[in-house]
Amino acid sequence: MSARRQGWGPLAAGALPLAFLGVLFLYPVARLLLLSVEDGSLRAFERAAADALYLGVLLETLKLSLIVAAICLVLAYPAAYFLATASRGWAALGFACLLLPFWSSILVRTYAWTIVLGRNGVVNRLLLETGLIAEPLALLNNEAGVVVGMVHVLLPYMVFPIYAVMLRIDRDLAAAASGLGASPWRVFTRIYFPLTLPGAFAGSVLVFVIALGFFVTPAILGGGRVVTIGLLIEDQVRRFLDWPFAAALAALLLAAAFLIQGTFQRVLRGETRWH
Amino acid sequence: MALGAGRPTPQRRAVYAAAALVFAFLMLPLVVILPVSFTSADYLGFPPPGFSLRWYRAYFDDPAWIAATLRSLAIAGAVTVLATLLGTLLAFSIVRGRYPGRAVASQIATAPLAVPTIVYSVAVYGLFSALKIAGQWQGIALAHTVHALPFVVLIMGAALRTVDPAQEQAAMGLGASRLGAILRITLPQLRPALISSAFLAFISSFDEVVLAMFLGGANVTLPKKMFDNIQMEIEPTVAAVAMLQIALAAIVLALAARFGSGARVMN
Repeated sequence: MSARRQGWGPLAAGALPLAFLGVLFLYPVARLLLLSVEDGSLRAFERAAADALYLGVLLETLKLSLIVAAICLVLAYPAAYFLATASRGWAALGFACLLLPFWSSILVRTYAWTIVLGRNGVVNRLLLETGLIAEPLALLNNEAGVVVGMVHVLLPYMVFPIYAVMLRIDRDLAAAASGLGASPWRVFTRIYFPLTLPGAFAGSVLVFVIALGFFVTPAILGGGRVVTIGLLIEDQVRRFLDWPFAAALAALLLAAAFLIQGTFQRVLRGETRWH
Repeated sequence: MALGAGRPTPQRRAVYAAAALVFAFLMLPLVVILPVSFTSADYLGFPPPGFSLRWYRAYFDDPAWIAATLRSLAIAGAVTVLATLLGTLLAFSIVRGRYPGRAVASQIATAPLAVPTIVYSVAVYGLFSALKIAGQWQGIALAHTVHALPFVVLIMGAALRTVDPAQEQAAMGLGASRLGAILRITLPQLRPALISSAFLAFISSFDEVVLAMFLGGANVTLPKKMFDNIQMEIEPTVAAVAMLQIALAAIVLALAARFGSGARVMN
């Protein structure tokens, strides 16, 4: 292709948006990271690592994200399989059930969960009236509520990559395997499942990393009892105005996100590349 | 790939049943909020004792709610224009450019996706505070544009790759200018992607609360006002607002599916 004839046009076209991102994205993020080592010391980081309280928050965030990613994986698998294999009409219905929540705001969905999970909420009313429980269950203002809310928000991010991989699987492979006498279970474990692993892997990384930085859902469904690193950062900035410490926490969160994405991007090269 | 789903085996039926439960889980909160928003009671509860439009009326009669809504609409409108414009330019640059550093440009374009919103919120809040421009709606619009830009670049980039540059060259060979060729030949083919980008930019801004919380100050957006009301657990007005937002999402989704390049962004 005539690269030369393209000239400087494309570069000029990119200059304005890149300058925009430079001023409004790269610069403020770099500035924040520098704040964490403002006085030329790692004091803010030492504080985060030394205090059991803050270390607990970091571990809690990692644990929460891991649980959420694991549940999403289990739930996304049948949903993606349905979308990839059901007839066109049913698949369209499935997509509607997936995309309508996906396009609704996180805030609205989180709020709705307070109605579903509350003391007098839908779930407790149902269980009480059917006599399955005598006392309302505590489903809100604790970790369980946060997990449910986060799984609901992040599930589509797990379904999309698994679905994309499943679509590409040649169905003749499974047909050939069963034609050669493999049981359906064997076909699944030896042929189908291994072929879907790249999607499951990509989805898990995506969900885990997004979960690390979650703010709205733990804030509302945790009721102050579930403190994630996102909530801690907000608290340090807005209540305590402790910029160096908030910056150090932000740097830790960012480093964790980049490290995980960077590591797995190498493994997944070619599977999840957007460009 | 073999078409035709084949005979449904018992295993497949079991997986489909599990999938139905997952879809029910996804729809549950949206379905529950519908009757609650029409409650006639003073409090939140399920099932509602009776139905009325009083909380919808409460929303439309409250100048604070309306002001927050109009502010969010203005911000989302600005973001739609800015993000679509800048994102399309950047997608052009990355897909068509042959300059050194193009890979870096591509990295920068999607970098906002990799940075957690809470981190970016604190970062941009720090900058705006230092410049003493925090608390303005324009600041929220700029930050939301950064937030929406990667999606536009991804959608437009993917669409642009399907358009053969030879078409532009043919038009130029026939006497069109470079810009003319892009505007008359390439851009019309990108219309579905442009529409998808615009919808996504709009809704991502209209729903965003964390950046708005840090940058808004007294300029409360609709999600910020909802967040405050939810925290204070006041009356069910917020349920009516939530229902209106779900309706908006459904409309946008339907429009994007009809006129856009598909509602799926990932992969």
